[in-house]
Amino acid sequence: MADEPSKEKSLEIDYTIPKKSWMEPSTEFRKGTYCYPAASRHEKYLELPHPREWQPTDEDWKLPEDWREVILRGMEDRLNRYRSYRLFLDICVRCGACADKCHFFIGSGDPKNMPVLRAELLRSIYRKYFTLSGKVFGKLAGARELTEEVVKEWFSYFYQCTECRRCSVFCPYGIDTCEITMMARELLNLVGLNINWILEPAANCYRTGNHLGIPPHAFKSTVDFAVDELQEITGVKVEVPINRKGAEILFISPSADYFASPHWYTFLGYLLLFHEIGLDYTWSTYASEGGNFGLFHSAELAKRLNAKIYSEAKRLGVKWILGGECGHMWRVIHQYMDTFNGPADFLEEPVSPITGTRFDHARSTKMVHICEFTADLMMNNKLRLDPSRNRKWKVTYHDSCNTARGMGLFEEPRYILRNVCQEFYEMPENTIKEKTFCCGSGSGLGADENMETRLRGGFPRANAVRYVHEKFGVNLLTCICAIDRATLPPLLEYWVPGVEVAGVHELVGNALVLRGEKERTTNLRGEPLDSTISPSPSSGERAG
Amino acid sequence: MFKTKRFWVSNFGFRASNLQGFKIMGLWYSVSAILLLTFLVVIGIEGMGLVSFFTIFIPYAALFLFVVGFLYRVLKWATSPVPFHIPTVSGQQRSLSWIKADNIDSPYTTGGVVKRLALDILLFRPLLKNEKVEMQAPQRLLFKPSVLLWFGAMAFHWSFLVILLRHLRFFLEPVPSTIVILQRVDSIFQGLIPVIYITDIIILVALGYLFVRRIIYPQVRYISLSSDYFVLLLILGIVLSGVLMRLIYKVDLVQVKEWAMAMLRLRPVAPKEVNLLFYIHLFFISLLVAYFPLSKLMHMPGIFLSPTRNLTNTSRNQRHINPWDYPVKTHTYEEYEEEFRDSMKEVGLPIEKG
Ligand code: HEM
Ligand code: SF4
Ligand code: SF4
Repeated sequence: MADEPSKEKSLEIDYTIPKKSWMEPSTEFRKGTYCYPAASRHEKYLELPHPREWQPTDEDWKLPEDWREVILRGMEDRLNRYRSYRLFLDICVRCGACADKCHFFIGSGDPKNMPVLRAELLRSIYRKYFTLSGKVFGKLAGARELTEEVVKEWFSYFYQCTECRRCSVFCPYGIDTCEITMMARELLNLVGLNINWILEPAANCYRTGNHLGIPPHAFKSTVDFAVDELQEITGVKVEVPINRKGAEILFISPSADYFASPHWYTFLGYLLLFHEIGLDYTWSTYASEGGNFGLFHSAELAKRLNAKIYSEAKRLGVKWILGGECGHMWRVIHQYMDTFNGPADFLEEPVSPITGTRFDHARSTKMVHICEFTADLMMNNKLRLDPSRNRKWKVTYHDSCNTARGMGLFEEPRYILRNVCQEFYEMPENTIKEKTFCCGSGSGLGADENMETRLRGGFPRANAVRYVHEKFGVNLLTCICAIDRATLPPLLEYWVPGVEVAGVHELVGNALVLRGEKERTTNLRGEPLDSTISPSPSSGERAG
Repeated sequence: MFKTKRFWVSNFGFRASNLQGFKIMGLWYSVSAILLLTFLVVIGIEGMGLVSFFTIFIPYAALFLFVVGFLYRVLKWATSPVPFHIPTVSGQQRSLSWIKADNIDSPYTTGGVVKRLALDILLFRPLLKNEKVEMQAPQRLLFKPSVLLWFGAMAFHWSFLVILLRHLRFFLEPVPSTIVILQRVDSIFQGLIPVIYITDIIILVALGYLFVRRIIYPQVRYISLSSDYFVLLLILGIVLSGVLMRLIYKVDLVQVKEWAMAMLRLRPVAPKEVNLLFYIHLFFISLLVAYFPLSKLMHMPGIFLSPTRNLTNTSRNQRHINPWDYPVKTHTYEEYEEEFRDSMKEVGLPIEKG
């Protein structure tokens, strides 16, 4: 193995503990490990505080003069507004149960990537300025001074947390380091420290309705393109209504679905499904994004971006909303949207127009997940399916962090997969469902410049994929998250070559037998249906 | 392609080399503090005869600080809003009728939440799920169940509780029969005189384990603060002084009970002629009680209030209200159409105006 020529850089994981105490801030910014700061024009467009140009590698970060007061005031404010924040800062016993649960720790060995220490980076400041024991006992009680170095360290480590909440599952008190990271990022924003990979999509979304900045006419042409492509593959011409008033259902998916690959095939899958069941629905260009990069920045920005969904549903006069495959989109919709921008009293309780099923669990929010919707169709035998069209795929399923730990959507996608493919294998149980491992690039960290961090963070996930790849020959990793679809392919290419990534509704689209379709010779990717070209498991060996 | 620099049995595994460069300032501070505090009682009692100070003033003061501090912190949490509905879901949601929902790990009823909390609080269930990750070979992660911490934590907390309850016999007259039974059960396995309680042994072993793990596991050592060692040592001090009083340096229990009852009646009298160990025991307990609200020991009330565990996973079913919600600036459809109207018209998308 050591003699193998390695074309790519090798990643070392070193678990030795550094000599110096964690209380001394680490502020090293090595190329490949950090995200670029936000361009000030995005901050200006969104009217965020203290926009400026700077670089993490600069000595001087050009913080505002009163940065310390701003941060401490920001902390105090949030301590009073969030029980989670105050409680989680107070009650950690440093038992360490969360430590080796974080993918960034497993993949980097850096002890500050243990959730407990990540939180201590902030907790130590809380102790110093807001608790009696910290004021009296100082360092002995784990309190430290707020310095510029500490702020730099925050920027480093709170942008090495994907807010995946895996740590929270294992903590005896449910301490959720994601909450701590969210607060820390809000504090960083107060002094103008943001990353571009979050703010550019957010600014785009604010203006054009979607993260990718696709204007309405481009949306239309992309849809037209999809219609042509589908006609070529299936012989059926599908209808795709856009901004249509009076439709029964508004459909919202992450914008990557209609612009990126392999998302595109999931998009095709949605279109085929809706056509086949004759759904009375519409897309919207104004609310052409389900995802919400605001969530990775602050509750306020999340709310500002999320507002479009209900307001568009109201304008178009639909009855309820259906949502596509996306992870953090569903964290927002399931746990925040109704609180942010509800009540949605102008909508009706969702009922499937095809099966008559009442989606009672979404009675208040009035938004249903497409996997819930499709699973219900399948259960009621409303779809004709030919799983053999997915015969080239040996499939496994990655629970995205947000639909898992933010929602509990475990069985619906699995039920669908079992109906549309012939071979389905679970990854080891320590790595799925509530214990699922993050792709390593969530919460706005899916940039190019931090690839090393992403590959490290994604290592535990890739490792589980590798297990089923070698054991069962799995060659397709399915998921219901747009970030996953964007970030898992490079991850797998590095760690487990030979496994591809697809959305669940791509496989639905393949298997779905349409009325009046021609005989299909290719899947939605345009590849022949047989497995001849599918990579063999042994090709994965190279990675070792 | 893949290297781990230092091969690692488990990140939480023990290797002798872990102890190399053994330098834990925090531990030495705590040890010194405990020694200093012991010294303080000895001087106070033996040298200066401050018996009333240590047996009346300090315990009352500690209790006062405990009650005030405890209430203050709990009220502070309880009055902080929970703006968003953020349970950490760990089981199948309730959605379609034919999919079996998990009412404990994804509770959809209050009963479910109660069960979830009860399992967490009484059985430390999350620690039972604990697993350690091992790097078996390059690029091979192995997950192994790791219940030692769960075992140690359960042993420590439950024996602590039993010991606490046994102590009620000093404060209640007549002693309730449940306490008597508890005491009998706790000493059931032996006919020894003096009786050795099972819980005394368990708590000593458990404390020893909790303490040692903070030293030998490099990651745990790295995160440990002085205060973490301090509480363990303080409790160890309490237990040891208690056990010694019981087994070797006998204390006049009649005296102790009289003192305790008098304290309760608010007519305090200092105990006479009791062993020095009793003063140490009592002083350490007072410290623990006073320190409780200032410290991580507040996890005890905190666990009940944890919003990731005490909420139902029903946020799409029932609207959760944010009490401090405020209006935010948004980009309206009108503004959007204003900017894109022409191109929308061009491709035939419906528009509101024009
Ligand atoms: C509702 C009651 C309580 C619950 C559910 C609870 C739960 C826990 C859990 C799960 C841990 C982490 C595991 C461990 O490190 O042992 C812990 C640690 C600890 N608990 Fe509790 N606890 C409770 C009450 C108390 C009380 C009343 C004390 C009194 C002194 C206490 C003292 C400690 C100490 C000292 C530790 C840290 C052990 C260490 O440093 O390793 N707990 N508790
Ligand atoms: S598991 Fe919870 S209590 Fe234990 S160290 Fe981690 S955050 Fe703290
Ligand atoms: S939320 Fe996820 S990424 Fe963040 S500390 Fe916890 S386990 Fe690590």
